[in-house]
Amino acid sequence: MSEPIHAFTATVPNWRPRVAPIRLEDATPDQLAALQVTPSNLKVSDYVLVLARDSETLRDRTPLFNAIMYNRGGLSRAERELGAVGASIVNRCIYCAAVHASRYNQLAKDVTVIERIFADGEAAELNLRQSAIFNFAVKLSKSPPEASAADMAALSAAGLGPEEVLDLILSAALFGWANRLMHTLGDPIEGDGPA
Amino acid sequence: MTDIFETVALRASGIGPESPLAATLALRGDILTMTQKAHDAALAPVDPGGLSHGERAALAYRMALLSGEAALSAYYSALLGQVDPQPATARLADPAFDGGGDGRLSAILRHTDLATANVKAVVADDIAALAMAGLSEDDIVRLSELVAFVSYQIRLTIGLRLMGAAAS
Repeated sequence: MSEPIHAFTATVPNWRPRVAPIRLEDATPDQLAALQVTPSNLKVSDYVLVLARDSETLRDRTPLFNAIMYNRGGLSRAERELGAVGASIVNRCIYCAAVHASRYNQLAKDVTVIERIFADGEAAELNLRQSAIFNFAVKLSKSPPEASAADMAALSAAGLGPEEVLDLILSAALFGWANRLMHTLGDPIEGDGPA
Repeated sequence: MTDIFETVALRASGIGPESPLAATLALRGDILTMTQKAHDAALAPVDPGGLSHGERAALAYRMALLSGEAALSAYYSALLGQVDPQPATARLADPAFDGGGDGRLSAILRHTDLATANVKAVVADDIAALAMAGLSEDDIVRLSELVAFVSYQIRLTIGLRLMGAAAS
């Protein structure tokens, strides 16, 4: 059996569940609805098949996740990914960090920000705006959260407007949720492909 | 759509409809409404499985206390009082209560505390310990979703409150 990966990487690993995924052929109507399985979309990841064990929460989580990460307007998609990476660094969710680091790299067309974050963690030196975003996400993700009025002021000073700040709060907070599922219910293992 | 100012996160943040942020928040009204739906699914699901509504409210209250989040603590304390005021359930909210020798409760409380305060330290044996204590695989996922959702809600609330303070 492959050993779990413990180091941050921008190469998306495979994800091996610690709780058995449901079998699609055994899914109840509620589970199928939550999985959003349609005749044209029969491929469902093990991760989502694990979460289908709580179909009521999964049904609400999927559209909420998509809205926070992909809705129009507000914070750029790349910077929402940076918020997700900040949370995933604090919580050491190797899988989440890999997925969202690779998306950041694609959207920003720049790998140096993630390289610095993976090398130096929370202390990574970034430009003013990136630093304000990453630092806020890191502090909001601590337990208990440590984000302060000064961290909020740093976002304004770096040029973020209220709509952008709201989207950053949402994306960083959302990964307080996602990390607590992905990191606890399975292991990142060698391989390339979505969970 | 639900009145976003009646959602738990916005109420606990102290931001009301008169706030200068109201228009900004309305732009993400769908997200705030979906957040409240997720709250309902995590705290009061139609099928609670092996984790009762009272136990869910008590665990959320415990998490809010562990996170030093006074407004959400007050909210979850009131919710617990509504759905299950029995002392045997209410004691789960006390961060000093470790299960009192009940294997199932001890495992649930230990995992809730670990995933709340130090999720990076959770390893495969911690999930196995829940199964050993008798939790079904469905209930392991239900507990995980509850802890994960409340962790999100706590951070959303704190972020909104900071935003509100900066805007006033």
